[in-house]
Amino acid sequence: MAQLRQIAFYGKGGIGKSTTSQNTLAALAELGQRILIVGCDPKADSTRLILHAKAQDTILSLAAQQGSVEDLELEDVMKVGYKDIKCVESGGPEPGVGCAGRGVITSINFLEENGAYEDIDYVSYDVLGDVVCGGFAMPIRENKAQEIYIVMSGEMMAMYAANNISKGILKYANSGGVRLGGLICNERQTDKELELAEAMAKKLGTHLIYFVPRDNVVQHAELRRMTCIEYAPESKQSNHYRALAKKIHVNGGKGIIPTPITMDELEDMLMEHGIIKPIDEAIVGKTAAELAA
Amino acid sequence: MSQNADHVLDHFELFRGPEYKEMLANKREKFEDPCAAAEIERVREWTKTPEYREKNFGREALTINPAKACQPLGAVFAAVGFEGTLPFVHGSQGCVAYYRSHFSRHFKEPTSCVSSSMTEDAAVFGGLNNMVDGLANAYTLYKPKMISVSTTCMAEVIGDDLNAFIKGAKEKGSVPAEFDVPFAHTPAFVGSHITGYDNVMKGIVEHFWDGKAGTAPRLERVPNEKINFIGGFDGYTVGNLREVKRLLGLMGVEHTILADNSDTWDTPTDGEFRMYDGGTTLEDAANAVHAKGTISMQEFCTEKTLAYIAGKGHQVAAFNHPIGVAATDKFLMEISRITGKSIPEAITKERGRLVDAIGDSSAHIHGKKFALYGDPDLTLGLAGFLMELGAEPVHILSTNGGKAWAERVKALLESSPFGRNCHAYPGKDLWHMRSLLFTEPVDFLIGNTHGKYLERDTGTPLIRIGFPIFDRHHHHRYPVWGYQGGMNVLVWILDKIFDEIDRNTNVAGKNDFSFDIIR
Repeated sequence: MAQLRQIAFYGKGGIGKSTTSQNTLAALAELGQRILIVGCDPKADSTRLILHAKAQDTILSLAAQQGSVEDLELEDVMKVGYKDIKCVESGGPEPGVGCAGRGVITSINFLEENGAYEDIDYVSYDVLGDVVCGGFAMPIRENKAQEIYIVMSGEMMAMYAANNISKGILKYANSGGVRLGGLICNERQTDKELELAEAMAKKLGTHLIYFVPRDNVVQHAELRRMTCIEYAPESKQSNHYRALAKKIHVNGGKGIIPTPITMDELEDMLMEHGIIKPIDEAIVGKTAAELAA
Repeated sequence: MSQNADHVLDHFELFRGPEYKEMLANKREKFEDPCAAAEIERVREWTKTPEYREKNFGREALTINPAKACQPLGAVFAAVGFEGTLPFVHGSQGCVAYYRSHFSRHFKEPTSCVSSSMTEDAAVFGGLNNMVDGLANAYTLYKPKMISVSTTCMAEVIGDDLNAFIKGAKEKGSVPAEFDVPFAHTPAFVGSHITGYDNVMKGIVEHFWDGKAGTAPRLERVPNEKINFIGGFDGYTVGNLREVKRLLGLMGVEHTILADNSDTWDTPTDGEFRMYDGGTTLEDAANAVHAKGTISMQEFCTEKTLAYIAGKGHQVAAFNHPIGVAATDKFLMEISRITGKSIPEAITKERGRLVDAIGDSSAHIHGKKFALYGDPDLTLGLAGFLMELGAEPVHILSTNGGKAWAERVKALLESSPFGRNCHAYPGKDLWHMRSLLFTEPVDFLIGNTHGKYLERDTGTPLIRIGFPIFDRHHHHRYPVWGYQGGMNVLVWILDKIFDEIDRNTNVAGKNDFSFDIIR
């Protein structure tokens, strides 16, 4: 048996992380890979396209019902979906209360202790937003994910988030084995998107492993709670996801230690590409005249 | 007046003086809005009823007096059993004050342990700086041979990664790169002290055997004739480990005690302060990988550790805090089987003496009903011994016992006619036990010091066996394992039985016709 590959998808909220990861993993499953998805987002939507369900019961909600995590069995929390992909969601609290990061730690410990990682080829963690606290860095600790894929776009805040995630990876890269596998650009049709994504990748010391074009078929598939791969296997978009899956597969656990940049450098980069103008006072805040009015 | 310097009254007498009595009564009447005495009495009586018991057992979101402690307590217990080892708890200071005082109150010895003193800023920015400075300070000030790091709630909630932090601290020069800093994550809100013991014990053996967190080559196991012995979290560790060493010595079994804290918690007063006394040497801990087999005296304390050790190719055997003749037989015969060493005549004689003593006192113990609570393994060991004595366990409760424990208790009870009317209560607390004692009374209760409230409320005489024992001294110096240990437990039980007989026959002219010299 080949060694277990552990990968993780990080990226700004709403960037299409879960959609990209589920489609890519569905394509990997087509290649015969046995896959476990670990959703690490309190929204618990990392597996809906695979399971065709609104949201599956999460480890933490079941643990809360039963009293403690120790009372759970693996089969209570693990569901099997498209192409036998195994799915678990860690879950977490309602917005505004509790600690979602701890939920990620609890869930991953539970899965490891209960043998969830046996007889599979890939574990994929789908993690929300930036690495906002220690808990969300759990998947990149030593002996967890070896390679991180950051889903981003040509929007400034998506690149900002990609940079932040790189900082998180850098923190753990020296003590553990985690590496940045590359950027995945999910097209938003912003100005000079491909060019910017490539420049960003270069700054971080990595490469843009795939540029996923925007295609409405993804929306249609989502409404049916399916991946594009399942809904429209012959579509161009599905082939894009297959190509992305192949790239990740042949990457074989390799990656780099990222070189994150400062906010100023990020702004400079946008200037270089003409996205923002060199300090144009007229557009920064209000003018004296406007304030006086 | 209340106090004067020539004759200082302590709290026993002081608060019984008329001025204090009056003051406390006034305080109650004027400021505490008290219930009527009759109402208090009514509720007190109500809590003794089966109806209340039903409500009590229907509790879902409330625990009252759990008979367990938290993981980090067990973490410290395991760590101090290694030579020159300073337990380092990554968290706030208050937590560590608790572990230290808890052990000191039980063992009547200081327990050295430091904290990384996490405060508000560490909670926000992560505790890396606390680890870096803390390790450097601990290493410089207290000159340990090893620092064993564990965590508390706070560090776990914010997700501090010990592996990464310790590597980071070493890179910054807090301690030399080759200095041993094993670690284990021990969130206090998961499991209990026995889980923490297990995690740290596994963390330490893993550290030595599996290449010291990537800084040394993994040890290649070359099996030898030795065996390892793991005691588990045990309030009698001082007496028990010394007894086990004596027994293994008599058998001629070469062994390594993994986490020998018998000297740490029983250091002689001879004018020299020893911050670390005794303990398993780090060399022995590393070489323990080569042993032929590993024995755990407490299965539920060593679930992960023993599974890991079995994975190294050791023969492993786990017991449930064996107490008494049959349990000790099983333990010694297993050692004999693994090592091929026979059990010498001297030990066989000890066995005969215990059997003799049990026979001598059998009339007083036979048929007596017992309730007991404590850690999963201890309750199993005690229940087995009680049935061997012809006593009848009725309630067996373990707050940190789960489904697997309850199954094990059930199987044990089914093995003897004396277990027929007994139930196991996993995950229940001492308020549940209170209802049990009122609705299904027993003759005696076995438990730790906290049981004294149950003794007071329900009138069930308490035999103190367990952890912690704060209000009686020095019992931890006596073993409960081995035939001699069984003898100690027998004597503790008998002493209480005879005290009770005397207490119930000592009214002159009423019932003192049975107030006998000879029992």
